[in-house]
Amino acid sequence: MYDPATAITGKTAVFEAMAENPAVVALADLATDAKFDRNELTITVARENIVAACEAVKAAGYNFFEDATAVDWYPQEPRFQLSYHIVSHSLKQRLRLRVLLDSSDATVPSITPAWPSANFYEREVFDLFGINFTGHPRLTRIMMPEDWQGHPLRKDYPVEGYR
Amino acid sequence: MAILETPPVVAPDRITPGVEDIIADAKLHGNAGTGEHSMVLNMGPQHPSTHGVLRLVLEIDGEMVLALAPDIGYLHTGIEKTCEAKFYQQVVPLTDRIDYLSPMTNNLAYCLAVEKLLELEIPERAQLIRVLLNEITRIQSHLVWLGTHAMDIGALTMFLYCWREREATLRIFEAVSGQRMMTSYFRIGGLALEPPKGFYESVQTFLDAMPAHIDEYEGLLTGNPIWMGRLKGVGTLTAAEAISLGVTGPPLRASGVDWDLRRDMPYSGYEKFTFNVPTSTDGDVWARYTVRMLEMRESVKICQQAMDMLAQMPANGRIVADAPKIVLPDREQMKTQMESLIHHFKIVTEGFAVPAGEVYQAVESPRGEMGYYVVSDGTAKPYRVHMRNPSFATLQALETMCKGRLLADVVAVIGSIDIVLGEIDR
Repeated sequence: MYDPATAITGKTAVFEAMAENPAVVALADLATDAKFDRNELTITVARENIVAACEAVKAAGYNFFEDATAVDWYPQEPRFQLSYHIVSHSLKQRLRLRVLLDSSDATVPSITPAWPSANFYEREVFDLFGINFTGHPRLTRIMMPEDWQGHPLRKDYPVEGYR
Repeated sequence: MAILETPPVVAPDRITPGVEDIIADAKLHGNAGTGEHSMVLNMGPQHPSTHGVLRLVLEIDGEMVLALAPDIGYLHTGIEKTCEAKFYQQVVPLTDRIDYLSPMTNNLAYCLAVEKLLELEIPERAQLIRVLLNEITRIQSHLVWLGTHAMDIGALTMFLYCWREREATLRIFEAVSGQRMMTSYFRIGGLALEPPKGFYESVQTFLDAMPAHIDEYEGLLTGNPIWMGRLKGVGTLTAAEAISLGVTGPPLRASGVDWDLRRDMPYSGYEKFTFNVPTSTDGDVWARYTVRMLEMRESVKICQQAMDMLAQMPANGRIVADAPKIVLPDREQMKTQMESLIHHFKIVTEGFAVPAGEVYQAVESPRGEMGYYVVSDGTAKPYRVHMRNPSFATLQALETMCKGRLLADVVAVIGSIDIVLGEIDR
């Protein structure tokens, strides 16, 4: 069974324990927080640094963008957590980049310049969470109809919808 | 395996456009006075060759595709939202409905993700049965792909042959789970039931017959000049384009990237199996066809290895983890032991709490990388479940593959990426 004591939390602890890890080396300046839990490495970066962080890990060998999604921690602040999953084909390692956003300004730079494959994923997050991606080439709804009101995956949106 | 060189990520000329862009483009071309006569063509969402409810808006000049925009969301049922309102164990039947052609793979990815959150140890016997059923799912899914893909291109007989063998796989699923398609057979912590009497014999009969059937399909298609003419050189995708557009699975391997999660990031005991990962460097529809045909043969081999390993194990070994607060108790025990009855009541009425945290578990589905991102806040219901589905990402590469080709090639390309709309729209 899972033992929370096995998790390494905090930037200094993770960066000491995993000093050899290419992602840790690449993000030494950009990371604000880090976590190594259940064999998964999570590195938090500030939102203005997300594109730079993507370019840095790409240069370190993390070549394939897998997934981007969000988690709504309503009513906590910062409310939104963006999770980017990136895998390295040569290192056979996965990395999670995390960005935290306040509900008052849910805007983040688009990472489509680094990975064009983020296009549909960012549109999905925009559609279902209402997070804006600046610099995205075509930020429109993708799942819901164009004239839909609200963002269904937000926690303050009822499961059955508004009636 | 040689360490893979990382191909550079290059952006395609243009990111997948939207429907409005296509209409605007057509107007622009029509008014430019260059003698071009482009028109906008709507394809789907009820078109039979779009394999579901995919709508494509194409700008065509005669028969040539100038631009293409996919319009998705017709099958969006909000599964991710529904998951947040269910107990962890109640999510398993929802996962079947995502990629309805590979229910076992969905079950596996979700169960592995929650088991990772819990750090549960799964008995080896259950892992082997999971691998066995997963590879049968892969064969089944590839049979549906081959039958429909060939039918789209005009080889109608293939459909009937492929459905004949698919019936055998569906009977196996029905035997273990009681359902032909929406199996929900895997549980968090193991399997729902012991496989029934005669299960291994029927799987063995299927495995013995399958290589000859694959030869039969190849005999009908591989040397066929019409089939070759329709497939070779169509829908080409380079390795760099495939990586930058998020393509995974057989289309990625057909473009020359040697990456298979079963071998490179093993899960559920895949590291114990020996198998080849077929690749090709052509990157066209033909390469995807050959890669998938070889994959079916490799899957038969993996199934056989799993069968051999299972035969050496005691026939009544455990199929669920030793975790009474998570796994439902045995029915017989429940009728005789007070504690089992209490566990059963608690799991069914209150669920089980999962320690807070987040995990991402990816498996190699027949279509590519299927990943489940599960976030727990420490309660009995998942705080967030997100599925990374292969067809959703691969759809972004459709324009790059179809641009400058004939309209009829679009149908071949859609077939070659083996699209399932249930997993795109979720």
